[in-house]
Amino acid sequence: MNQSEFLSTIKPFKDKLFRLAKRLLVSNEEAEDATQDVLVKLWNKNDALKEYGSIEAYAMTITKNHCLDVLKSKRVSNLKIVHNNYTEPGAELHKRIEDQDSLHWVEKWINDLPEQQKLIIQMRDIEEYEFEKIAEVLDMNETAVRVALSRARKAIREKMINTHNYGLQ
Amino acid sequence: MDYNKIEILIEKYFQGETSIAEEKELRSYFSSLNVAPHLEQYKAMFGYFSQAKLDQYTKEFPRQKITKKAMWISVAASTVILLGMFAFYMNNVQKLEVKNELGSYDSPQEAFEQTQKALALLSQNVNIGIESVQYVQEYENAKNKVFKNNN
Repeated sequence: MNQSEFLSTIKPFKDKLFRLAKRLLVSNEEAEDATQDVLVKLWNKNDALKEYGSIEAYAMTITKNHCLDVLKSKRVSNLKIVHNNYTEPGAELHKRIEDQDSLHWVEKWINDLPEQQKLIIQMRDIEEYEFEKIAEVLDMNETAVRVALSRARKAIREKMINTHNYGLQ
Repeated sequence: MDYNKIEILIEKYFQGETSIAEEKELRSYFSSLNVAPHLEQYKAMFGYFSQAKLDQYTKEFPRQKITKKAMWISVAASTVILLGMFAFYMNNVQKLEVKNELGSYDSPQEAFEQTQKALALLSQNVNIGIESVQYVQEYENAKNKVFKNNN
């Protein structure tokens, strides 16, 4: 596989890798570095990649493992930068700020979830993966994925309802 | 859209039982403008999901990753250059040594003879030089004849 073939192979899912990394590592820069490391790992595998059924699922697995390793190492433990580069043209300013704020809260709630639930929410609700694929990436069975997903969604709902009812956290 | 249906979907959603298509339906409902007031609370959640998908990885793939083949070619090329320089250097050193040997004699007798030979060669060449200077004297004589009156 030469470089341009490789680039076109990773093109459809490199953003997904980045978003998954960002979900776990929070900071943009950390996520960019992690994604780059993962892409280099994939590139070094090169021809062996064709043996995998789904390169995307394999790449997601590598990204997940890489980010969990990074989290384990002390380096990141002090770094917690939350980026909120939201753009929503059209809406009125105060409405926009309010919306941004509520979206920001959702992000925060997801970040408060355990890592496995974060991964599942990311892959199901954001990347729209089928359960089968999520189960493959996380090396779990589908029922366990459903249970964890339901738990994660309910946890977000609980926090959301509290905030909605009292208007504060 | 009928919000009863949405309520049922939401219940299924939190049980983790909705399909991808049903979840798409929920997302599009909550991104629309007429969300039922009692469902408004879920808007942020689905709004966030749609937005989080827009994040992109913009960094270039590291270009400096050269292929293995190119690496071997560069290793071979630098080896050839190094060997070439080494061979050239060795050759020059040898030549220098040969030259040095030619310039010296071990016995004084031999050195004396060689020096005499060299000096004889030198004086011979000086004599050849003097012969041609004698022609110049002829020019001088002729000039004196022509310009006698001026003197």
